[in-house]
Amino acid sequence: MRALRAVARRIGAGLLVLWVAATAAYLALLAAPGDTVDNIIGDGADTPDIRAEIIAQWGLDRPAVVQYVDYLVRLVNGDLGRSYLLQRPVSDVIGEQLLPTLALAVAAAGLGVLLALVIAVATAGNRRPWLRRLSSGTELLLVSTPSFLIGLLLLSVLSFRFRFFPVSGDQGAGALVLPAVTLALPIAGLLAQVLRDGLDRAIDQPFVLTARSRGVRERGVLLRHALRHALLPAVSLAGWVFGIVIGGTVIVEQVFGRPGLGQVILSAVANQDMPVVLAVVTLSAAGYVVVNTAADLAYLLVDPRLRRS
Amino acid sequence: MAPLVTVEDLHVDFDTPTGRVAAVRGISFTVDRGECVAVVGESGSGKSVTARTLVGLAGPGARIRAARLDLAGEDVRTHRARDWRRVRGRLAGLVLQDALVSLDPLRTVGAEVGEVLTTHGIVGRRERAGRVAHLLDLVHLPEPERRARQYPHQLSGGLRQRALIASAIAGEPALLIADEPTTALDVTVQAQILRLLAERRAAGVSLLLISHDLAVVAQVADRVLVMRDGRVVENGPTDRLLRAPEHPYTRQLLAAVPSASSRGRRLAATPPVAGARVALPARVEVRPADRVLDARGLTKRYGEHTVVRDVTFSVGRGETLGLVGESGSGKSTVARIVAGLLDPEAGTVSFEGTPWSAVRERTRRPMRRRLQLISQDPLSSFDPRYTVGQVIGENLDPDVDRRDRRPHVVDLLRRVGLGPDLLDRHPRQLSGGQRQRVAIARAIAPRPSLIICDEPVSALDVSVQAQVLDLLAELRAADGTALLFISHDLGVVHHLSDRVLVMHDGTVVEQGPVGDVFTHPRHDYTRSLLDALPTLVAAGRPQEERP
Repeated sequence: MRALRAVARRIGAGLLVLWVAATAAYLALLAAPGDTVDNIIGDGADTPDIRAEIIAQWGLDRPAVVQYVDYLVRLVNGDLGRSYLLQRPVSDVIGEQLLPTLALAVAAAGLGVLLALVIAVATAGNRRPWLRRLSSGTELLLVSTPSFLIGLLLLSVLSFRFRFFPVSGDQGAGALVLPAVTLALPIAGLLAQVLRDGLDRAIDQPFVLTARSRGVRERGVLLRHALRHALLPAVSLAGWVFGIVIGGTVIVEQVFGRPGLGQVILSAVANQDMPVVLAVVTLSAAGYVVVNTAADLAYLLVDPRLRRS
Repeated sequence: MAPLVTVEDLHVDFDTPTGRVAAVRGISFTVDRGECVAVVGESGSGKSVTARTLVGLAGPGARIRAARLDLAGEDVRTHRARDWRRVRGRLAGLVLQDALVSLDPLRTVGAEVGEVLTTHGIVGRRERAGRVAHLLDLVHLPEPERRARQYPHQLSGGLRQRALIASAIAGEPALLIADEPTTALDVTVQAQILRLLAERRAAGVSLLLISHDLAVVAQVADRVLVMRDGRVVENGPTDRLLRAPEHPYTRQLLAAVPSASSRGRRLAATPPVAGARVALPARVEVRPADRVLDARGLTKRYGEHTVVRDVTFSVGRGETLGLVGESGSGKSTVARIVAGLLDPEAGTVSFEGTPWSAVRERTRRPMRRRLQLISQDPLSSFDPRYTVGQVIGENLDPDVDRRDRRPHVVDLLRRVGLGPDLLDRHPRQLSGGQRQRVAIARAIAPRPSLIICDEPVSALDVSVQAQVLDLLAELRAADGTALLFISHDLGVVHHLSDRVLVMHDGTVVEQGPVGDVFTHPRHDYTRSLLDALPTLVAAGRPQEERP
């Protein structure tokens, strides 16, 4: 019963976040300069008749509150509306471009986490001080370098100079490597620092001394004991990783000329294509809610002390 | 047959940023097969480092030199990481203090115990669960199969410590090293763990027992080594060492143990001969009828759990009331209610004749200065950014003139035996004993009529504990302050209290003059507490009565 109530509260909070995000995006676009009718017409013919027709077709003459409520009702029913610019359902526009972006995001996040784990485990403790200094310096550099710069560097060396990877486009897995690495490096940099810090703190604990007194190898001590403790603070960064990945794909897709949501988002914002922007914001918020809920569940998985019988 | 452990002229130094620190300075000892040797000393004596050196875990930056360091016939001085891994768990098992942090909190008890079996390839995967259950059964953990699937936090302190011992003996090592294995435990649980260790020894395992508590090691050890500043000051059979200690430090340690026979006498002064003690100053008359504190029918619930049930007692002017009980007995909850920090569900507290419970904090505030608190961990009760002078000065009478405050604080420091040089230091730069003295200085600053002392000496070494208890006794004699003295240590309570209150499961099971209750206990629980108490009598000190 208590567990059910906790889950219900969690879902309720998630819905609240979604509503706030959708509303904030709506208000922001409403306040933005420019006229909706102008945006819909774009470069097309502009006559009072056409204007009247557009206003009637999109229901733009209704009061703002009615439009807002209408938007919410449609959103609840899964209808993301029609793009002003492309004259197609938003769900189609996003659906087409979602896959390459998702592939990039998952590859980048996965690679980042994996790199961070390897680096942290290899450099935790004080076994190889030189390696530790080298890696924490590199991490700092990666965290503080903008991702487009990392991308351009990788491109100029690995694609233009040595031609290991394609320069742009989305042909096969090879084209995914550089964009994914570009996005993964800053993630790995920060996560590695957090993980190593957690590992260092864990190996000072008495239970690690106990484990060593059993004759366990140093690798076993780190992987079986210390790592789970180090994961706890890292799990809470899941939301941050999601944000970096979403924000990063927009830039990285531009740098590498990849198809994906980045292109859609940029043109939608530039042209005030309201339905598309609103959809992207709402979907991102939904992603955040899902990721954070998953992180909360992961806590329970890692730390049995948080589970209540 | 050669001894199991031979240590000759062992030195352990640590390289620190401020230079080399010598932790162990040339000690020698042996442990025979099936023998129990205890190393006794206070914090910083080098006893734990000695124990850990035997399994190659002295720590990073440790430099070890020895003329001989033999473990089961092997010279371990030249051991490398791989050789040590073979030794650990298989030749020597290590049991640390407080299994809540010494067992991995994120892994099940079974996984922790089974780790030794897997690491040394002792049993196959399929037999593992069965062997773990067998080991848990060996240490008398009830329902071993179910316990193996539980996590350390789901077990009580005593059961956790048993599980930790099971993990240390899983590889059937010939040597079991136990570093303060009972320190955080209640006395009845402590007695069970000591019995368990004795049982392992009867099964042929050699024991190296590290402890700060002479009474604890007296129960099981054949021989005792007394360590101080990295050296062994005395080494001999337990009986002889306790009955006729030769070194002044051993005598000082023995004299520092509070008990029935130490009542009214100083603990910290080194006696010229064993057993003799120096008297404390005479106290002002205790007037039990003049009640400083009156608590009636106190009851406190958390959810459905009643932690304090119908507790009634009073503290007279200048009187010291001891409150004993094990963890979970509700004694700290009573302290918080009496301190006015927690409201009882039922019952009333009156302090200095005025209602103290169920009144608004505004009503209580002017009286707060008359009731002070000393806790087990003074450091966390100090503002970390305050200096010692500010910590104490904060509690001075607000009427004290600004210019007079500093001399007042210096005077209070002098009363608790500290110099004015500490005024501008921060509490974290002080030793445990100095911190507790600062806490006492702060408590006596407003000249309270009652001080609640919640386990004030539990975290201190025995010689420091002796000094703090002497100090409390002196201040009580000089100021006529009443004390509500809460402790799990019956010896401490017997030494200091006039009357005693025994709590168990939230209720008062017995109360009365301390001599009556402790010599003629009427309640079974009090009796079991006294029976479980490790005393120096057991090892043959006829001149000491049981506390």
